[in-house]
Amino acid sequence: MLSREEKEEIEAAAAAFPVRQSVAIDALRIVQRYRGWVPDEAIDDLGELLEMSTAELDGVASFYNLIFRRPVGRHVILACDSVSCWLLGSDGLMEYISGRLGIASGQTTADGRFTLLPSVCLGACDRAPVMMIDDDLHTNLDAEKVDRILERYE
Amino acid sequence: MVQIFVENKPYEVKPDQNLLDACLSLGFDLPYFCWHPALHSVGACRQCAVKQFRDENDTSGRIVMACMTPAANGVRISIDDREARAFRAGVIEWLMLNHPHDCPVCDEGGECHLQDMTVMTGHSRRRYRGAKRTFINQDLGPFVNHEMSRCIQCYRCVRFYGDYAGGGDLAAFSLRSQVYFGRHQSGVLESPFSGNLAEICPTGVFTDKSLKRHYARKWDLETAPSVCVHCALGCNTIPGARYGSLRRISNRFNGAVNGYFLCDRGRYGYEFVNSPRRLRQPLLRKGRSGPAAPVSATAALRRLREIISDSRVAGIGSPRASLEANFALRRLVGPAMFASGMSEGDWRLAQKTSRILKEGPARSVSLDEVRRADAVLVLGEDVTNFAPMLDLALRQSVRQMPVRETSGAIPPWDDKAMREAVQQRRGPLFIATPAPTSLDAIATTAWRAAPDEIARLGFMVASLLDKSAPAPAGLGSRERSIATAIAAALGEAERPLVIAGTGLGSEAVLEAAANVAWTLSAGGRTAGLCLTLPEANSMGAALMEGGPISRAVEAIESGSADTVVILENDLCRRAAPSLVENLFEKARHVIVIDSLINPTVARAGVALPAATFAESDGTFVSSEGRAQRYFKVMPPSGEVMESWRWLAAMGPAADAWRMVGEVAKDLENDLPVFSGISAAVYGAGFRISGQKIARQPRGYSGRTAMSADIGVAERQPPVDDDSPLSFSMEGFQGEPPPPLIPRYWAPGWNSVQALNKFQEEVGGPLRGGNPGRRLIEPAPGRPEQPPAPQPPFFNLPPAPFSPPAGRWLLAPLYHTFGSEELSILSPGIRQLAPAAYLALSQKDADDLGIGAGGIAELETATGFLRLPVRLAETLPSGVAGVPVCLEGLEGIVSPGEYVRIRAASRK
Repeated sequence: MLSREEKEEIEAAAAAFPVRQSVAIDALRIVQRYRGWVPDEAIDDLGELLEMSTAELDGVASFYNLIFRRPVGRHVILACDSVSCWLLGSDGLMEYISGRLGIASGQTTADGRFTLLPSVCLGACDRAPVMMIDDDLHTNLDAEKVDRILERYE
Repeated sequence: MVQIFVENKPYEVKPDQNLLDACLSLGFDLPYFCWHPALHSVGACRQCAVKQFRDENDTSGRIVMACMTPAANGVRISIDDREARAFRAGVIEWLMLNHPHDCPVCDEGGECHLQDMTVMTGHSRRRYRGAKRTFINQDLGPFVNHEMSRCIQCYRCVRFYGDYAGGGDLAAFSLRSQVYFGRHQSGVLESPFSGNLAEICPTGVFTDKSLKRHYARKWDLETAPSVCVHCALGCNTIPGARYGSLRRISNRFNGAVNGYFLCDRGRYGYEFVNSPRRLRQPLLRKGRSGPAAPVSATAALRRLREIISDSRVAGIGSPRASLEANFALRRLVGPAMFASGMSEGDWRLAQKTSRILKEGPARSVSLDEVRRADAVLVLGEDVTNFAPMLDLALRQSVRQMPVRETSGAIPPWDDKAMREAVQQRRGPLFIATPAPTSLDAIATTAWRAAPDEIARLGFMVASLLDKSAPAPAGLGSRERSIATAIAAALGEAERPLVIAGTGLGSEAVLEAAANVAWTLSAGGRTAGLCLTLPEANSMGAALMEGGPISRAVEAIESGSADTVVILENDLCRRAAPSLVENLFEKARHVIVIDSLINPTVARAGVALPAATFAESDGTFVSSEGRAQRYFKVMPPSGEVMESWRWLAAMGPAADAWRMVGEVAKDLENDLPVFSGISAAVYGAGFRISGQKIARQPRGYSGRTAMSADIGVAERQPPVDDDSPLSFSMEGFQGEPPPPLIPRYWAPGWNSVQALNKFQEEVGGPLRGGNPGRRLIEPAPGRPEQPPAPQPPFFNLPPAPFSPPAGRWLLAPLYHTFGSEELSILSPGIRQLAPAAYLALSQKDADDLGIGAGGIAELETATGFLRLPVRLAETLPSGVAGVPVCLEGLEGIVSPGEYVRIRAASRK
């Protein structure tokens, strides 16, 4: 069941478009903001609300790597592995984060604190290597800096 | 025409197409995946790259996708250019990175577009040595097999299933190398057109699951041109057989009829041919009620000739038997003693249908004309369940208007862009039926009403379009406003179409539809009229002078006949039980010819095993009025014979008819309405380069071994006297005239896409024209006043619907899977057929005190029938929906009948 808040926000977004399907991506993001991810039953509920089939909507949801169709940790780390970051050592950094958290790319720590995901570019190549945690961008990273940053996310 | 240059040579091509269309139509081999002649271009696969040059001085050129580039005047391209070739080789190599190369165990192997294109592009050496991505497959139900790891991401499946056929439960999930085509979760594909995925998919992701159960390679299948027997639309098919059993049905292109597609009932209904319920040997009953014992054909015929020479014989024909079989029966018993084999109601409706089409000015449209109609009114018919391919055609017709409005800016073949531009805009489609239909979702207005009210709506539309047409009295304001909207939309359309039919069993609805179509056929415009009928040869049976079943029963009762011959007709499905009872009671001899053991065969004095469509030749007349010949795919085995041969052998005509063509010729002479049916096909004497056309492909294997269990000497192939086709691999293997095409195959094109090579232009008609001959053309004006005092229109709109208190009008509800007699014997179709039920509106169920899932008792001629109730919210009050011929309901519904219903007492 979609919550009242979720429904209201989605309806408000839908009002801007002639066709309800247009708001599919926004609706998925709204649900994700409230729940951290988009579970199967939310896809069913949203499909009904937006007059789309479950398959069609899940096709949209599963296309975007920032719509999470599986539970994620409290904080999502997006570590850039695109070319500028790679030149400046993102490989080693990724390995370092993995080792420190005890998880591989794509996994969540046992305490549910972090999920580690690769990202193809965060648009901050001039300050590479970079990563994002939740909505914060962290730049010019090295191992020591990563240690300090991770401490800040409980 | 415009001029384009390919390898510096000029060619004249049609304007408004893309370069891939043009090149394929010119006969060039240019590889492609995502493009399909019915789905057009999206530019997804990058396989059809060519080099385009600015002018004759440009030597460097640039790579373009042929499918996305207009064939404009003066365009210069090279297919053979070194860089273009290298580009295409690169594309196929990366498309193949993840392909499992499992052709030997893949059902598509040997008829695979991916194999063909890989060979065409020259990618014969695999360099990739890495791991391949694999997927978990889904169970998609009884029709379609899923093997996702073979996918090359061309997106054709979702473009057909969703965009073209309107299905919502197949989608593309995820991204990059992980793109997955399937359902949200395992489950039966909902669309009744899912089987087309097997032909749409260029490789083995989606394949025919029914074929898998008795698999044979394409080169091992004996094939012949045939016509679908599971509704009246007359879709063209290619059945394939091996070892005397039918293995699959694939599509046979007929641009005027089914085009590239078939419905799942048509594709998967064939398994009745292999059914254990087949009657394989004549049965002769001892005395009137003794046991029926199998006898040889010779013994049966000896007995039959005794019976016939000593009796006055009446005949009951069949709307599912060929014209030739019906005519042979008519010859045997004489015109006065011949009944068409339809129930009283069906006969009346069929007569009215054929008269409206013959005598009125509206045109009986082909399925292709339905696809091109730009405003449609559906009166009373649930076409999806009754004649499924009409559903698919209507899904194209609603696109006509928006596409026309947009095509100035975007070429119609640029499919993705066009669909983006069109969005959800649809042309006018009005639907008036008692129960919801699956087309409601794309309809401008879907209106629920009782049959008489639907007729009144139609009469109102006609009277709004032409004041001389009679208006119904006392129409409500809502109905009036719907009628006004319909009249306006149809009136403004270029190609308006009215669809009605016999599914509801209402003559008034047919009359209303005729009135609307006739008013629209004025001022130089000919409106389309599509009147559906239930069975493959219903129209043929209607055009053949005869009468309802009761005619034969009366002849027996009155004593003018004492013996009856029943042709391919299970009377228990059509006539009231009392009528059938009477017939069996009074007739001295009952002779039944049929292919399956059914209740009628089970009671026969003599039962003769008839060949099915797959083992016989004959002509069906589709509901359009198109006469089409079908040919044997395999010879009848054992004691099984074609119905017309049994009939010819029984009577004095034995010497006259040796081949089916002679029956057809005599039919044309006797009944001029059928003249031309032979001209449309090629006689048994037709040869190409002195050869018959081979049913077996060149690669047909095992011929010397397949009868080794009987004898080591290779047997002579069966002889086919009826047609210019041979039961052999010897014979002509090229491109025969359209009605005789046994399969699509061309050098380098082993898949169904070889069809491109058989068409005048890709997507266009077959070279030599679309098969079939139309027997019905519109009359130049409205029906003349005399002979009967006939007004220009049907002038009796029915009174408002008001059922007598305590009674319900029975409305027949058809089911794509379950209502049709033959297809239900296919295991897959049986699996999808619903159980019997009774549909009631919420209000009526409440009044009766029946909740959802409760049991109602329905009063029938033979007592009370207990049925679980399904609530149908929008069903009009006073109407009870009864599924047609689901198991346990055979022969129950007689449309237009009022019955009592009560809540079942608890037991």
